[in-house]
Amino acid sequence: MTTTIKSLEKGQTVTMNKKYREPMKVGNLITHIVLILTCIIMVFPVFWVVSMSFKTLPEIQSSSISIIPENFTVANYEYVMFGMTKEIKGQGEINLFWRWASNSLTVAGITTIIGVLLAASCAYALSRFLFRGRRLLLIGFLITQMFPGAILVIPLYNMFKELQLLDTFQGLIIAYSTIALPFSVWMLKGFFDAIPYDLEEAAIVDGCTPFGAYWRIALPLTLPGLSVVSFYNFMTAWNEFMFALTFMSKEENRTLPVGLRSFVFEFATNWHHLAAGSVLVTIPVIIGFFYAQKYLVSGLTSGGVKG
Amino acid sequence: MVKRRIAYFFIAPAVIATLLLVFYPLVNGIYLSFTNADKFNSAKLIGGKFTPSSYELQCNIDSNKDELVPPISCLRNYINIFEDERYYFWQVFGQTLIWTAANIVPHILLGLGLALLLNRNIRYRAVYRVALILPWAVPSYISAFVWKFLYNSEYGFINNFFGTDINWFADPTTAMIAVVIANTWLAVPFNMVTMLGGLQSIPGDLYEAAEVDGANWRQKFTGITLPMLRPVMMTAVLLGVIWTFNSFNVIFLVSEGDPSRQTEILATWAWRLGRDQEQYGISAAYSAIILALLLFFSFVYIRVLSRPGQESAL
Repeated sequence: MTTTIKSLEKGQTVTMNKKYREPMKVGNLITHIVLILTCIIMVFPVFWVVSMSFKTLPEIQSSSISIIPENFTVANYEYVMFGMTKEIKGQGEINLFWRWASNSLTVAGITTIIGVLLAASCAYALSRFLFRGRRLLLIGFLITQMFPGAILVIPLYNMFKELQLLDTFQGLIIAYSTIALPFSVWMLKGFFDAIPYDLEEAAIVDGCTPFGAYWRIALPLTLPGLSVVSFYNFMTAWNEFMFALTFMSKEENRTLPVGLRSFVFEFATNWHHLAAGSVLVTIPVIIGFFYAQKYLVSGLTSGGVKG
Repeated sequence: MVKRRIAYFFIAPAVIATLLLVFYPLVNGIYLSFTNADKFNSAKLIGGKFTPSSYELQCNIDSNKDELVPPISCLRNYINIFEDERYYFWQVFGQTLIWTAANIVPHILLGLGLALLLNRNIRYRAVYRVALILPWAVPSYISAFVWKFLYNSEYGFINNFFGTDINWFADPTTAMIAVVIANTWLAVPFNMVTMLGGLQSIPGDLYEAAEVDGANWRQKFTGITLPMLRPVMMTAVLLGVIWTFNSFNVIFLVSEGDPSRQTEILATWAWRLGRDQEQYGISAAYSAIILALLLFFSFVYIRVLSRPGQESAL
């Protein structure tokens, strides 16, 4: 965000004196009104779920439209974090929310490591080497990015059934490891492109292997890129719903998205618990998102446009 | 860049993973679509005892149910989908087209409109921008939960706020409107940010030159902004259509296909046929049809919109 806005502001200083601020024009006023109204609509559902998470169920199920809870309570959070226990055969009593969170963390964590390793070396080759099939590979990744999971989910389900991978974390990790791959490769290629090849060349002249040049020189230099791509991979797996719903059926094996769904869709209408759980799950994602989004955006637009 | 064989070692892991986890399942799915796979003959694990699958190609099955002969009989699932009303293909296909069109138009128009506003030289632009992309940051399934609650017929916010008593998911039209609104809310930030990126990459001197020549804002918009934005818009529309066509979470969680399958789209319906009804052959055929439709659309779209001499979106 900073880079684009900076460059834009550079363009504007040409026409605008810094001290002089244009008087409020009618057009600007309308712009502000439209933007404020749109912002309210965009932000409202998020505020509402936060507000709901501090309300009691009777208040949620009333006709109140107040965003400030009448009977402010943290009981919903208490229940989700400490009260939601269940007796699992052979494992004793477990807290389901933390179990789901640790499942999500395990799956997303391992997926991220695999996904980033796969993407980084591929992106490095695309950035540094000319080889037959390079263009085909770039287009191939774009195409796989375009045809998402909905087509693959039932064939994968059937394959996993055959391989007895249903209801296992291995299965889910395998299914996830390539979801974020095309986009990660595109983004990382951009990061590698920004580093001059001279350093690696010098290292190779001094007797470093090409892999050594990649692993010891290029990778450490792209650390910011790697962190953004890691976050993207993590978030993709953390937020994934359809595969998790399809492959994981035991309650204690669920990931957060599928687990949270059961608050409302299976047992009862526990909107208050769902709201508290949703807030807990979303906070880390939002923080990370606003950190990584400028790279995600530039990666996406350049990847899609330049081809 | 140097020409080197070693590149293949670097790309091998990613290529192999993609082949195994994307292309193999794709091919496997197409094979599955020619078989009679269902809950009785697919692999099972009951009480720790594993039974491998025993489904076969449709053309290897002797059946007197129809007069189809091989190789046509291999396509039995497809013929059933198109002809047998129990699979609701034409209804769901129509709904998918409505869903996609009803989504993509507001996504693009609102995305473009907001990007144009944000691209103006106004105060608090950074604040607006953060607020406007918030829906993108929230996991889509969480947004779907919230919208499901907002639409609740007894105590949902929307009915309370407007003092109405609409049971959104009891009527096909209101149900479709409801899911389209929820999905638009989700998708506008992405489109806005993409378009904003496109707008900001237009060189400022173009506008200055136009101003020198006395162009008004409309001439600048149609003469500079729209043509320069064309590659970004093309990509946004193509991706938007494909993603909307295949979107799962909003329909699956907000309307759940209600009322009686009338907001179901091909992707969610194929899932239900496969996972709930365990008709894997039919579900795989549905997936293959979706893939064919998307490939056809992408091909035509890129063909029609790429002008010679101009760099295309893909």
